[in-house]
Amino acid sequence: MTLVSGWGRFPVVDSEVLRPRSFEAVGAAVADVTGSVARGNGRAYGDAAIGAIRTIGMTGFDRVRSFDPATGRIRLEAGVLLSDLIDTFGPRGFLPFVVPGTRFVSVGGAIAADVHGKNHHGEGGFGRYVDSILLRTGQGETIEISREQNSDAFFATIGGMGLTGVILEATMRLRSVETGWIRERVISASDLDAALRALEASFSATYSVAWIDCAARGRDLGRSLIYLGEHARVDELTEGADRFPVGKNPGLAVPIDLPSMTLNRISIRAFNALYYRMGARRAGGDHVVSLYPYFFPLDSIGDWNRIYGRRGFLQHQCVIPEPGARAVLGDILDLVSKRGDASFLAVLKKLGHGDGLLSFPLPGYTLALDFPVKGDILNFLDEIDRLVVAAGGRLYLAKDARQSRATFEAGYPALSRFNAIRKSLDPAQNIRSKLSQRLFDEV
Amino acid sequence: MTSRKTVLVLGGSSDIGRAAARAFAKAGYDVGLAGRDATALEPDAADLRARYNIEASTWTFDVLDTASFDGFVAGLPVLPEIVVSVIGLLGVQPTAESDLAHATTIMRSNYEGPSLILGLFAEKFLARGNGTIVGVSSVAGDRGRASNYVYGSAKAGLSAFLSGLRARASRGGVHVVTVKPGFVRTKMTEGMKLIGPLTVDAPIVGDAILSAVEKKTDVVYVSGKWRLVMLIIKTLPEAVFKKLKF
Repeated sequence: MTLVSGWGRFPVVDSEVLRPRSFEAVGAAVADVTGSVARGNGRAYGDAAIGAIRTIGMTGFDRVRSFDPATGRIRLEAGVLLSDLIDTFGPRGFLPFVVPGTRFVSVGGAIAADVHGKNHHGEGGFGRYVDSILLRTGQGETIEISREQNSDAFFATIGGMGLTGVILEATMRLRSVETGWIRERVISASDLDAALRALEASFSATYSVAWIDCAARGRDLGRSLIYLGEHARVDELTEGADRFPVGKNPGLAVPIDLPSMTLNRISIRAFNALYYRMGARRAGGDHVVSLYPYFFPLDSIGDWNRIYGRRGFLQHQCVIPEPGARAVLGDILDLVSKRGDASFLAVLKKLGHGDGLLSFPLPGYTLALDFPVKGDILNFLDEIDRLVVAAGGRLYLAKDARQSRATFEAGYPALSRFNAIRKSLDPAQNIRSKLSQRLFDEV
Repeated sequence: MTSRKTVLVLGGSSDIGRAAARAFAKAGYDVGLAGRDATALEPDAADLRARYNIEASTWTFDVLDTASFDGFVAGLPVLPEIVVSVIGLLGVQPTAESDLAHATTIMRSNYEGPSLILGLFAEKFLARGNGTIVGVSSVAGDRGRASNYVYGSAKAGLSAFLSGLRARASRGGVHVVTVKPGFVRTKMTEGMKLIGPLTVDAPIVGDAILSAVEKKTDVVYVSGKWRLVMLIIKTLPEAVFKKLKF
């Protein structure tokens, strides 16, 4: 057995890790224990990609099967990382339609979590651009699933956290782009109302996201910087610039677990205030930035999760349905700012409809907050969950390590339908993760 | 036929072989992948075509079947500009200590086969007047250690062969690169305890091979730290060294 954890490094649990080299070996790995799940690049924060007994590492499956530059359609193995896709196909004028906040996720993981990006409000999630999936079910079948063929399994697999089977391959569409640059506009918003108004007003922007100073209180509560973005055309680049920028691998890395006191009330307040002021200075006109810092600001720091110290951290990401979201977000931010240890990157973003049965997004606002694991944080997050549930919201499973079954069941009304499909694909429950044991499986 | 240069990778299904193939394909080379089972290499060839819009072919090649080498080279439609051998077999040292057949396989896979095939290509390259030979050897060949001297001695043989070949071939316009990767996270080393700061991923080795070819480097330690580590290991007096168990 090996100690395994997600990106948040909490919880750390025992699971046998296998790295099969053929699809046959994947099948064998699933067949001989009841309790395995696939793992991509390990960027789910909590316990989603840890098998109840066995974890199947999929990053060795990193081949592109075919690519058609006329349509942007690509067939690939599930272990291909989005960073690899961007570096390889970006210079040829193609990018994934949807990228999350880190490019170091696998295609299989992106499908299983139906990840969203800064364009979800207008263009939907990762699953919307997936045409079909080759799935190894817990029952031992290898099936091709799509909107037309085995569509129940398809919509259960998009956002299904790997619980319908092991995603082996996928066919998806890439976006044709002129350049690898983004025309960015920064808007500063002095409080939560201004931030929500700005996000609303910029609904037609392809990309939009707000960074919130979650240490700001009182009149400043919810003060934010809103980052809008559009794909830059060739004629918008500065003369002499390459059409596609170079994505550097993380140069700077956090070499050790920092002492857990590194992030405290004072350093977080200072960081947030400084970040807000620096950003506000850039507000106003458009400027062209590389896609890498625009989409993946934290990817330039290797192992940034270690900044929270050995005990790890929790990300709480909820979505609150549109009507009434303002009041609930205000209440949550009020609690967080009074507490004072919320993290240095809090993100607010408008979402649209999700595509999969268990896809996280719903029309409304999502708020993501990081907290170091210490003190009474679990109780505090339960308190926030009560506000989320009362507002008809839900939590993102890809980030979750601790929500209760009651919170989960209240947030995902399609759960019983999902469970029925899962059961038909895997009657013996061969596919089980630590997350499914915590939230899904019959006990 | 294209106007692009061609690289032939011997051991194309290994992690370092795949990484080297990708590095060259990305730089615009056509790629031949050779291994024991050519059909098993087809998915990797398809990957290279889809990613980099180059031509990729697959070839059957068995490093232990030295009698087939002349026919293999003669059967290639074009003589490549570059040949890279990443073939190697770690084997199991304790088994090799008493099982002569296993020891022989390790020695032949790491020394005899790679040296003979690279030597054969060198002759063709010298006749043409240009070309680059890349042999992936190992830091284990720098000094025989108690824990892996069967493998290490075979790699030492390969390193010596490449060194001599380089000296001779350089006068004829042919360059020879010796690559010593150190610890690499691959199928071969899976389950081994590797020292984190001294360990790299296969793509780093692939890029290092491409860079060594383009810059005409002679001997490459993929991580500079290994040059220092092996310098220390090489200079330890035998009286001290023989007491070490590693």
